[in-house]
Amino acid sequence: MASTLSPVAYDAKIEGNVIFTQVDAAINWMRSHSLWPMPMGLACCAIELMAASSSRFDISRFGAEVMRFSPRQADVMIVAGTVTYKMALAVKRIWDQMPEPKWCIAMGACASSGGMYRSYAVLQGIDHLIPVDVYVSGCPPRPEALLDGLMRLQKKIMGEHSLLEQKKELLETL
Amino acid sequence: MTAAADPLCEKLREAFPSAILEQSSFRGETTLRIKTESIRDICLHARDTLGFDYLVDVSSIDHFGDEPRYELVYELYSLRAGAHLRLKATVSEDTGTAPTVSDIWPTADWHEREVYDMMGIRFENHPDLRRILMWEGFPYHPLRKDFPLEGKHSETPGVAFSEPAPLAGGPFVTVPTDGTTQVREPRARHAGEIPPSDKFIAEP
Repeated sequence: MASTLSPVAYDAKIEGNVIFTQVDAAINWMRSHSLWPMPMGLACCAIELMAASSSRFDISRFGAEVMRFSPRQADVMIVAGTVTYKMALAVKRIWDQMPEPKWCIAMGACASSGGMYRSYAVLQGIDHLIPVDVYVSGCPPRPEALLDGLMRLQKKIMGEHSLLEQKKELLETL
Repeated sequence: MTAAADPLCEKLREAFPSAILEQSSFRGETTLRIKTESIRDICLHARDTLGFDYLVDVSSIDHFGDEPRYELVYELYSLRAGAHLRLKATVSEDTGTAPTVSDIWPTADWHEREVYDMMGIRFENHPDLRRILMWEGFPYHPLRKDFPLEGKHSETPGVAFSEPAPLAGGPFVTVPTDGTTQVREPRARHAGEIPPSDKFIAEP
Protein backbone atom coordinates (compact mmCIF):
# COMPACT_ATOMS: atom_id res chain seq x y z
CA MET A 1 0.00 0.00 0.00
CA ALA A 2 1.39 3.31 -1.04
CA SER A 3 1.43 6.26 1.34
CA THR A 4 -1.21 8.98 1.18
CA LEU A 5 1.23 11.35 -0.52
CA SER A 6 1.94 8.95 -3.34
CA PRO A 7 0.14 9.41 -6.63
CA VAL A 8 -0.14 5.64 -6.82
CA ALA A 9 -2.98 3.85 -5.01
CA TYR A 10 -3.89 0.20 -4.64
CA ASP A 11 -7.42 -0.81 -3.79
CA ALA A 12 -7.68 -4.24 -2.15
CA LYS A 13 -11.42 -4.44 -2.80
CA ILE A 14 -10.87 -4.75 -6.51
CA GLU A 15 -9.66 -8.15 -7.43
CA GLY A 16 -6.44 -8.70 -9.37
CA ASN A 17 -3.48 -6.46 -10.13
CA VAL A 18 -5.20 -3.14 -10.47
CA ILE A 19 -3.38 0.08 -9.57
CA PHE A 20 -4.92 3.53 -9.73
CA THR A 21 -2.60 6.34 -10.67
CA GLN A 22 -2.25 9.47 -12.73
CA VAL A 23 -0.81 9.40 -16.23
CA ASP A 24 1.90 11.87 -15.20
CA ALA A 25 2.94 9.70 -12.31
CA ALA A 26 3.08 6.60 -14.47
CA ILE A 27 5.05 8.30 -17.23
CA ASN A 28 7.45 9.88 -14.75
CA TRP A 29 7.91 6.60 -12.96
CA MET A 30 8.82 4.87 -16.20
CA ARG A 31 11.09 7.68 -17.35
CA SER A 32 12.95 8.05 -14.12
CA HIS A 33 13.71 4.36 -13.79
CA SER A 34 15.02 3.82 -17.27
CA LEU A 35 17.33 6.76 -17.78
CA TRP A 36 19.70 5.86 -20.57
CA PRO A 37 22.83 7.94 -20.15
CA MET A 38 24.93 9.46 -22.86
CA PRO A 39 28.36 9.16 -21.23
CA MET A 40 30.14 12.38 -22.20
CA GLY A 41 33.43 11.26 -20.69
CA LEU A 42 36.00 14.01 -21.21
CA ALA A 43 38.50 13.62 -18.38
CA CYS A 44 39.19 11.82 -15.12
CA CYS A 45 35.52 12.03 -14.06
CA ALA A 46 34.87 9.50 -16.80
CA ILE A 47 36.90 6.96 -14.83
CA GLU A 48 34.58 7.41 -11.86
CA LEU A 49 31.63 7.17 -14.24
CA MET A 50 32.97 3.83 -15.42
CA ALA A 51 33.36 2.74 -11.82
CA ALA A 52 29.76 3.79 -11.14
CA SER A 53 28.57 1.55 -13.95
CA SER A 54 30.72 -1.40 -12.88
CA SER A 55 29.83 -4.16 -10.45
CA ARG A 56 30.83 -2.55 -7.15
CA PHE A 57 28.61 0.50 -7.47
CA ASP A 58 26.33 -0.84 -10.20
CA ILE A 59 24.36 2.03 -11.67
CA SER A 60 21.91 -0.54 -13.08
CA ARG A 61 20.29 -0.72 -9.64
CA PHE A 62 18.81 2.66 -10.61
CA GLY A 63 17.92 1.71 -14.16
CA ALA A 64 20.64 3.79 -15.77
CA GLU A 65 23.04 1.10 -16.90
CA VAL A 66 22.30 1.37 -20.61
CA MET A 67 25.11 3.66 -21.66
CA ARG A 68 24.28 4.73 -25.19
CA PHE A 69 27.03 6.10 -27.35
CA SER A 70 24.43 7.24 -29.81
CA PRO A 71 22.77 10.44 -28.63
CA ARG A 72 19.58 9.46 -30.43
CA GLN A 73 18.99 6.67 -27.92
CA ALA A 74 19.92 8.57 -24.78
CA ASP A 75 17.85 10.39 -22.13
CA VAL A 76 20.42 11.95 -19.86
CA MET A 77 23.79 13.37 -20.78
CA ILE A 78 26.37 12.90 -18.05
CA VAL A 79 29.05 15.50 -18.76
CA ALA A 80 32.01 13.98 -16.97
CA GLY A 81 35.13 16.06 -17.24
CA THR A 82 36.75 19.27 -18.42
CA VAL A 83 34.90 20.88 -21.32
CA THR A 84 37.37 22.72 -23.51
CA TYR A 85 35.99 25.27 -25.92
CA LYS A 86 36.90 23.06 -28.83
CA MET A 87 35.12 20.03 -27.34
CA ALA A 88 32.18 22.23 -26.35
CA LEU A 89 31.20 22.38 -30.02
CA ALA A 90 30.89 18.59 -30.09
CA VAL A 91 29.09 18.43 -26.75
CA LYS A 92 26.50 20.92 -27.92
CA ARG A 93 26.05 19.07 -31.19
CA ILE A 94 25.51 15.77 -29.41
CA TRP A 95 23.11 17.42 -26.96
CA ASP A 96 21.09 18.80 -29.87
CA GLN A 97 20.87 15.31 -31.35
CA MET A 98 19.32 13.85 -28.20
CA PRO A 99 15.54 13.50 -28.43
CA GLU A 100 13.24 15.18 -25.93
CA PRO A 101 12.68 14.71 -23.07
CA LYS A 102 16.32 14.98 -22.05
CA TRP A 103 18.23 15.84 -18.94
CA CYS A 104 21.80 16.73 -18.08
CA ILE A 105 24.01 15.91 -15.14
CA ALA A 106 27.14 18.03 -14.76
CA MET A 107 29.51 15.64 -13.06
CA GLY A 108 32.41 17.16 -11.16
CA ALA A 109 33.91 20.58 -10.66
CA CYS A 110 35.06 21.09 -14.26
CA ALA A 111 31.75 20.37 -15.92
CA SER A 112 29.93 22.45 -13.29
CA SER A 113 32.15 25.52 -13.19
CA GLY A 114 35.39 25.00 -15.07
CA GLY A 115 36.98 23.71 -11.89
CA MET A 116 40.62 24.49 -11.42
CA TYR A 117 41.04 25.32 -15.11
CA ARG A 118 40.74 29.11 -15.04
CA SER A 119 42.06 29.34 -18.55
CA TYR A 120 41.34 30.64 -22.01
CA ALA A 121 40.92 27.08 -23.28
CA VAL A 122 38.21 25.84 -20.93
CA LEU A 123 34.49 26.56 -20.91
CA GLN A 124 33.66 27.75 -17.40
CA GLY A 125 30.81 25.33 -16.81
CA ILE A 126 28.72 23.37 -19.29
CA ASP A 127 25.66 25.38 -18.18
CA HIS A 128 26.91 28.19 -20.42
CA LEU A 129 25.89 25.99 -23.30
CA ILE A 130 23.20 23.50 -22.29
CA PRO A 131 20.69 23.43 -19.41
CA VAL A 132 21.91 21.40 -16.45
CA ASP A 133 19.50 19.60 -14.11
CA VAL A 134 21.87 18.27 -11.47
CA TYR A 135 25.36 19.39 -10.48
CA VAL A 136 27.54 16.80 -8.77
CA SER A 137 30.40 18.25 -6.73
CA GLY A 138 33.78 16.63 -6.39
CA CYS A 139 37.09 16.45 -8.20
CA PRO A 140 36.36 13.83 -9.32
CA PRO A 141 33.17 12.86 -7.47
CA ARG A 142 33.04 9.36 -6.04
CA PRO A 143 30.62 6.97 -7.77
CA GLU A 144 28.29 7.27 -4.77
CA ALA A 145 28.06 11.00 -5.44
CA LEU A 146 27.08 10.37 -9.04
CA LEU A 147 24.48 7.85 -7.92
CA ASP A 148 23.14 10.44 -5.49
CA GLY A 149 22.96 12.92 -8.36
CA LEU A 150 21.09 10.35 -10.42
CA MET A 151 18.60 9.77 -7.59
CA ARG A 152 18.07 13.51 -7.29
CA LEU A 153 17.39 13.66 -11.00
CA GLN A 154 14.89 10.83 -10.62
CA LYS A 155 13.20 12.80 -7.87
CA LYS A 156 13.10 15.84 -10.11
CA ILE A 157 11.59 13.86 -12.96
CA MET A 158 8.89 12.52 -10.64
CA GLY A 159 7.70 16.09 -10.10
CA GLU A 160 7.41 17.00 -13.77
CA HIS A 161 4.14 17.58 -15.62
CA SER A 162 5.14 15.26 -18.40
CA LEU A 163 1.76 14.89 -20.13
CA LEU A 164 1.20 18.63 -20.06
CA GLU A 165 4.65 19.21 -21.50
CA GLN A 166 4.07 16.63 -24.18
CA LYS A 167 0.73 18.11 -25.24
CA LYS A 168 1.85 21.70 -24.80
CA GLU A 169 1.60 22.60 -28.45
CA LEU A 170 -1.81 20.98 -28.78
CA LEU A 171 -3.14 22.76 -25.70
CA GLU A 172 -1.83 26.08 -26.92
CA THR A 173 -3.70 25.74 -30.20
CA LEU A 174 -6.98 24.92 -28.44
CA MET B 1 74.34 12.35 -25.15
CA THR B 2 77.01 15.02 -25.71
CA ALA B 3 79.43 12.48 -27.07
CA ALA B 4 76.92 11.27 -29.63
CA ALA B 5 75.81 14.68 -30.88
CA ASP B 6 79.18 16.48 -31.01
CA PRO B 7 80.75 14.84 -34.08
CA LEU B 8 77.47 15.27 -35.96
CA CYS B 9 77.38 18.93 -34.96
CA GLU B 10 80.91 19.34 -36.21
CA LYS B 11 79.91 17.92 -39.59
CA LEU B 12 76.90 20.22 -39.73
CA ARG B 13 79.07 23.26 -39.01
CA GLU B 14 81.46 22.24 -41.76
CA ALA B 15 78.61 21.91 -44.24
CA PHE B 16 76.96 25.23 -43.27
CA PRO B 17 79.70 27.53 -41.98
CA SER B 18 77.72 30.73 -42.49
CA ALA B 19 74.21 29.56 -41.61
CA ILE B 20 75.09 28.32 -38.12
CA LEU B 21 75.44 31.32 -35.87
CA GLU B 22 76.22 29.86 -32.50
CA GLN B 23 76.69 26.57 -30.72
CA SER B 24 75.98 26.12 -27.05
CA SER B 25 75.76 23.24 -24.66
CA PHE B 26 73.72 22.89 -21.48
CA ARG B 27 73.62 19.72 -19.38
CA GLY B 28 74.78 17.60 -22.23
CA GLU B 29 72.30 19.01 -24.72
CA THR B 30 73.66 20.73 -27.80
CA THR B 31 71.88 23.73 -29.28
CA LEU B 32 72.61 25.38 -32.60
CA ARG B 33 71.34 28.83 -33.52
CA ILE B 34 70.70 28.90 -37.23
CA LYS B 35 69.54 31.38 -39.84
CA THR B 36 65.82 31.15 -40.51
CA GLU B 37 66.22 31.02 -44.28
CA SER B 38 68.52 27.99 -43.93
CA ILE B 39 66.14 25.89 -41.85
CA ARG B 40 65.16 23.66 -44.75
CA ASP B 41 68.70 23.14 -46.05
CA ILE B 42 70.07 22.31 -42.62
CA CYS B 43 67.15 20.02 -41.78
CA LEU B 44 67.48 18.15 -45.08
CA HIS B 45 71.19 17.70 -44.54
CA ALA B 46 70.64 16.63 -40.93
CA ARG B 47 68.13 14.01 -41.98
CA ASP B 48 69.75 12.61 -45.10
CA THR B 49 73.46 12.88 -44.37
CA LEU B 50 73.70 12.89 -40.59
CA GLY B 51 70.84 10.47 -39.85
CA PHE B 52 68.57 12.65 -37.72
CA ASP B 53 65.57 10.56 -38.71
CA TYR B 54 63.24 11.64 -35.91
CA LEU B 55 61.82 15.10 -35.29
CA VAL B 56 60.84 15.04 -31.62
CA ASP B 57 59.11 18.38 -31.42
CA VAL B 58 58.69 21.81 -32.93
CA SER B 59 57.92 24.55 -30.43
CA SER B 60 58.11 28.31 -30.24
CA ILE B 61 59.08 31.03 -27.79
CA ASP B 62 57.71 34.55 -27.56
CA HIS B 63 60.40 37.07 -26.57
CA PHE B 64 57.83 39.80 -26.18
CA GLY B 65 59.37 43.26 -26.46
CA ASP B 66 62.50 42.02 -28.23
CA GLU B 67 63.18 41.97 -31.92
CA PRO B 68 63.05 39.45 -33.54
CA ARG B 69 60.14 38.53 -31.37
CA TYR B 70 59.66 34.81 -31.94
CA GLU B 71 61.96 31.85 -31.80
CA LEU B 72 61.35 28.43 -33.30
CA VAL B 73 62.84 25.38 -31.61
CA TYR B 74 63.36 22.09 -33.45
CA GLU B 75 64.28 19.00 -31.45
CA LEU B 76 66.04 16.45 -33.63
CA TYR B 77 66.97 12.92 -32.68
CA SER B 78 68.95 10.23 -34.40
CA LEU B 79 67.67 6.84 -33.38
CA ARG B 80 70.72 5.09 -34.80
CA ALA B 81 73.35 7.27 -33.15
CA GLY B 82 71.29 8.09 -30.07
CA ALA B 83 72.11 11.74 -30.61
CA HIS B 84 69.91 14.70 -29.73
CA LEU B 85 70.25 18.09 -31.37
CA ARG B 86 68.32 21.29 -30.85
CA LEU B 87 68.00 23.91 -33.58
CA LYS B 88 66.83 27.44 -32.86
CA ALA B 89 65.80 30.04 -35.41
CA THR B 90 64.29 33.47 -34.95
CA VAL B 91 61.16 34.82 -36.62
CA SER B 92 60.45 38.53 -36.68
CA GLU B 93 57.05 39.94 -35.83
CA ASP B 94 56.75 41.74 -39.17
CA THR B 95 57.01 38.69 -41.39
CA GLY B 96 55.76 36.10 -38.91
CA THR B 97 56.57 33.33 -41.33
CA ALA B 98 59.00 30.44 -41.46
CA PRO B 99 59.61 27.67 -44.01
CA THR B 100 57.84 24.40 -43.32
CA VAL B 101 59.72 21.17 -42.64
CA SER B 102 56.57 19.05 -42.92
CA ASP B 103 57.81 17.53 -46.18
CA ILE B 104 61.10 16.57 -44.54
CA TRP B 105 59.54 14.97 -41.46
CA PRO B 106 55.78 14.37 -41.90
CA THR B 107 55.35 14.60 -38.12
CA ALA B 108 56.08 18.32 -38.41
CA ASP B 109 52.64 18.80 -39.99
CA TRP B 110 50.78 18.83 -36.69
CA HIS B 111 53.64 20.36 -34.71
CA GLU B 112 53.64 23.33 -37.05
CA ARG B 113 49.88 23.56 -36.88
CA GLU B 114 50.18 23.80 -33.11
CA VAL B 115 52.82 26.54 -33.38
CA TYR B 116 50.59 28.40 -35.81
CA ASP B 117 47.55 28.00 -33.54
CA MET B 118 49.25 29.00 -30.31
CA MET B 119 51.81 31.56 -31.51
CA GLY B 120 50.57 32.72 -34.89
CA ILE B 121 53.70 31.90 -36.88
CA ARG B 122 52.74 30.95 -40.41
CA PHE B 123 54.61 28.21 -42.24
CA GLU B 124 55.17 28.68 -45.94
CA ASN B 125 54.06 25.79 -48.16
CA HIS B 126 52.49 23.92 -45.27
CA PRO B 127 49.94 21.51 -46.78
CA ASP B 128 47.18 22.08 -44.22
CA LEU B 129 47.75 25.10 -41.99
CA ARG B 130 44.59 25.02 -39.87
CA ARG B 131 44.23 25.54 -36.15
CA ILE B 132 44.63 22.34 -34.17
CA LEU B 133 43.73 23.09 -30.53
CA MET B 134 41.45 26.10 -30.73
CA TRP B 135 38.49 26.13 -33.07
CA GLU B 136 38.58 27.50 -36.59
CA GLY B 137 37.65 31.18 -36.38
CA PHE B 138 39.17 31.89 -32.95
CA PRO B 139 40.74 35.32 -33.45
CA TYR B 140 43.74 35.13 -31.09
CA HIS B 141 46.94 33.18 -30.57
CA PRO B 142 46.83 32.30 -26.88
CA LEU B 143 50.48 31.47 -26.13
CA ARG B 144 51.64 34.97 -27.03
CA LYS B 145 52.84 36.93 -24.02
CA ASP B 146 50.35 39.75 -24.65
CA PHE B 147 47.40 37.35 -24.43
CA PRO B 148 46.02 37.05 -20.89
CA LEU B 149 45.78 33.65 -19.24
CA GLU B 150 42.07 34.06 -18.57
CA GLY B 151 41.38 34.58 -22.26
CA LYS B 152 39.42 37.21 -24.12
CA HIS B 153 35.90 37.61 -25.33
CA SER B 154 35.34 36.36 -28.84
CA GLU B 155 32.37 35.33 -30.87
CA THR B 156 31.98 33.43 -34.10
CA PRO B 157 28.24 33.72 -34.73
CA GLY B 158 26.55 30.35 -34.92
CA VAL B 159 29.78 28.49 -34.22
CA ALA B 160 31.43 29.33 -30.97
CA PHE B 161 32.17 31.91 -28.34
CA SER B 162 34.69 32.44 -25.57
CA GLU B 163 34.61 34.47 -22.38
CA PRO B 164 37.39 35.41 -19.96
CA ALA B 165 37.63 32.92 -17.12
CA PRO B 166 37.21 34.30 -13.58
CA LEU B 167 40.66 34.22 -12.04
CA ALA B 168 39.67 35.32 -8.51
CA GLY B 169 42.94 37.11 -7.86
CA GLY B 170 44.94 34.40 -9.58
CA PRO B 171 46.62 32.98 -11.57
CA PHE B 172 46.99 29.98 -9.32
CA VAL B 173 50.62 29.14 -8.92
CA THR B 174 52.40 26.48 -6.99
CA VAL B 175 55.81 27.16 -5.50
CA PRO B 176 58.98 25.22 -6.05
CA THR B 177 59.86 24.21 -2.54
CA ASP B 178 60.35 21.09 -0.49
CA GLY B 179 57.88 22.40 2.08
CA THR B 180 54.61 20.79 3.04
CA THR B 181 51.68 20.39 0.66
CA GLN B 182 50.03 23.36 2.34
CA VAL B 183 52.96 25.58 1.38
CA ARG B 184 53.12 24.16 -2.12
CA GLU B 185 49.48 23.98 -3.04
CA PRO B 186 48.38 26.00 -6.07
CA ARG B 187 46.59 29.23 -5.08
CA ALA B 188 46.47 32.88 -6.05
CA ARG B 189 49.79 34.40 -5.07
CA HIS B 190 51.43 37.74 -5.59
CA ALA B 191 55.11 38.17 -6.24
CA GLY B 192 55.97 38.91 -2.61
CA GLU B 193 54.18 35.86 -1.27
CA ILE B 194 56.27 33.30 -3.06
CA PRO B 195 58.68 31.85 -0.53
CA PRO B 196 62.34 31.75 -1.52
CA SER B 197 63.56 28.46 -2.78
CA ASP B 198 67.21 27.45 -2.79
CA LYS B 199 66.44 23.84 -3.55
CA PHE B 200 64.42 24.42 -6.70
CA ILE B 201 66.71 22.62 -9.09
CA ALA B 202 69.44 20.42 -7.72
CA GLU B 203 72.57 20.67 -9.82
CA PRO B 204 73.37 17.37 -11.48
